[in-house]
Amino acid sequence: MHYSPVITNAEIAAKDKDLHLFQYVEDPKQCEVETFVSRGGYKAWKAVLDGISKEDVIETVKKSGLRGRGGAGFPTGLKWSFVPKDSPKARYLVCNADESEPGTCKDRVIMERDPHAIIEGMAIASYAIDCHLMFIYIRGEFTHCIEKMETAMKEAYEKGHLGKNIYGSGYDLEMIVHTGGGAYICGEETALLNSIEGERGQSRMRPPFPAIEGLYACPTIVNNVESLAAVPHIINRGAEWYASIGTEKSKGSKLFSLSGHVNRPGNYEVPLGFNLKDMIYDPAYGGGMLDGKKLKGVIPGGASTPFLLPDMIDVALDYEALQEKDSMLGSGAIIVFNEDTCIVWVIKKLIHFFRHESCGKCTPCREGTGWLEQMINRIEAGQGQPGDLEKIEEVCGNILGRTICPLGDAAVMPIQSALRLYRDEWQYHIDHKECMVKSNFELK
Amino acid sequence: MILTEKSIAEIKEKAVHYPVKKSAILPALTVAYRQVGHVDEVIYKEISKIIDVPTLEIAEAATFYTMFPKKPRGKYLLQVCNNISCALRGSDSMIAHLENKLDIKLGETTEDNMFTLIGVECLGSCSTAPMIQVNLDYHENLDKKKVDSLIDELKAKKD
Ligand SMILES: Cc1cc2nc3c(=O)[nH]c(=O)nc-3n(C[C@H](O)[C@H](O)[C@H](O)COP(=O)(O)O)c2cc1C
Ligand code: SF4
Repeated sequence: MHYSPVITNAEIAAKDKDLHLFQYVEDPKQCEVETFVSRGGYKAWKAVLDGISKEDVIETVKKSGLRGRGGAGFPTGLKWSFVPKDSPKARYLVCNADESEPGTCKDRVIMERDPHAIIEGMAIASYAIDCHLMFIYIRGEFTHCIEKMETAMKEAYEKGHLGKNIYGSGYDLEMIVHTGGGAYICGEETALLNSIEGERGQSRMRPPFPAIEGLYACPTIVNNVESLAAVPHIINRGAEWYASIGTEKSKGSKLFSLSGHVNRPGNYEVPLGFNLKDMIYDPAYGGGMLDGKKLKGVIPGGASTPFLLPDMIDVALDYEALQEKDSMLGSGAIIVFNEDTCIVWVIKKLIHFFRHESCGKCTPCREGTGWLEQMINRIEAGQGQPGDLEKIEEVCGNILGRTICPLGDAAVMPIQSALRLYRDEWQYHIDHKECMVKSNFELK
Repeated sequence: MILTEKSIAEIKEKAVHYPVKKSAILPALTVAYRQVGHVDEVIYKEISKIIDVPTLEIAEAATFYTMFPKKPRGKYLLQVCNNISCALRGSDSMIAHLENKLDIKLGETTEDNMFTLIGVECLGSCSTAPMIQVNLDYHENLDKKKVDSLIDELKAKKD
């Protein structure tokens, strides 16, 4: 079976007492339930069912400071507490494994190499909100992850970690592996719920929020793979332990997907607050710039986050520090590009993506991304006109904050930041009808 | 019926777990796509009978999801990620290389119906770029040599 050849820092994680997501990911046996259990797997799930109250589970996760790793960084415990206690309806827990934000390839590593960790986290979250049917929504292209998760689920049922009357506690919990159809927007939680319901993957208006009215109009919690995989460790080792990792406000460890022009692209687990410059240059991580070229810029948190210039990369990778630099931690996808990269070409790739993935429900996003793509393609092709940049800014302004879901904002933010930080290069492109530097990246 | 007994059984097995019938649409389309290589009206009708959901609702959902080709493609669907992380690692040049090698343009199928070449959005292979998904399989960390031997292997495969 397929096993992703991606580089990880599992060796460091195995020795560092605070890192926990990547501890065992270089051992293919970790996928098997016996190995997982022999290393303390399903211990937290047992402890919870043995007599930790739902309120205490939520309180512990709240105190740990864990924030959503899917992009928005919303406090996980707080989100769980929004599920109404007195609702007579069923409740659902959905693990978001759509992983489609360009640059992001971290959740798949856990699915491929430590799938039971996700199941255990999902189970504990389900219990906390009193859910008896939980889903994992995996992007359809990830055939290898789907197989691993299905196998792990089967094992978990066989060994009594899932099913009826788990560990004799009287608690029942079923699981469904649901797979997508190749649409980025289905990572957005309300579109994802529509997709599970068998509808087109379009976003829903909020309110109502999913915690009140989500899947099948029942209270639903959607959490990212990485957020859920951290939960068993928080139960086992305590909220204080988790909160002691990271920075004052950004707690815990985080996975970063490093891609682009570095020597060692890969997935790395580090405490929040780890320095971005070290991530790129340290031999144990990015190992420096590919072919010794000069750095031109970094997208720190996935395709929808604003750029950082080379003089801005001495920054802590955490929610607050990146915000201070007018960017975002996002999904933790760090995309690095060198001096040979034309910024207009980068934006052309990004806007093409967002236009293609717009679900079409609201006009500013559907039409706006189309206009932006046309204008940007024109500039890139050397047919830019004076006034184009102002026009692009105007269209961006008319999308930002005026759409049903955040995809509209996601499309606009990197463009606005590229126009701000690399203005001269855009102007050069219009004046000279060609790139300042040509992005001719040859296949090696 | 185009769908085999095995596919039908698989769809039914998946469908029973959902509290609502319509939720089985995507799982059913996935099974059908894996068997047939594409989905269309004929398939929607067959699925409709299996999961007891109107054909129209299946078609409505199916047309939203780009992962399911709506027309037959070559035996091997070469899906090259051409989003930013792969592009920084040479995916544009990989596409050009494949166009030359297979003597087709992006979006086309070879005359012998062996290969269809398309560009796709990010497949979550960013740290192992560039990549090609061939039907269901990921091929990552590619270079010219690996691309060439991949194509040669596929050509030589007899089944
Ligand atoms: C366009 C769009 C795409 C998204 N894609 C993903 C995704 O692939 N995976 C993910 O976990 N969250 C994604 N999100 C965020 C989810 O809507 C949601 O906030 C998240 O799954 C909640 O989990 P968390 O609180 O654990 O982060 C996306 C959001 C938007 C607006
Ligand atoms: S912002 Fe775009 S993706 Fe989101 S609902 Fe509107 S059209 Fe759909």
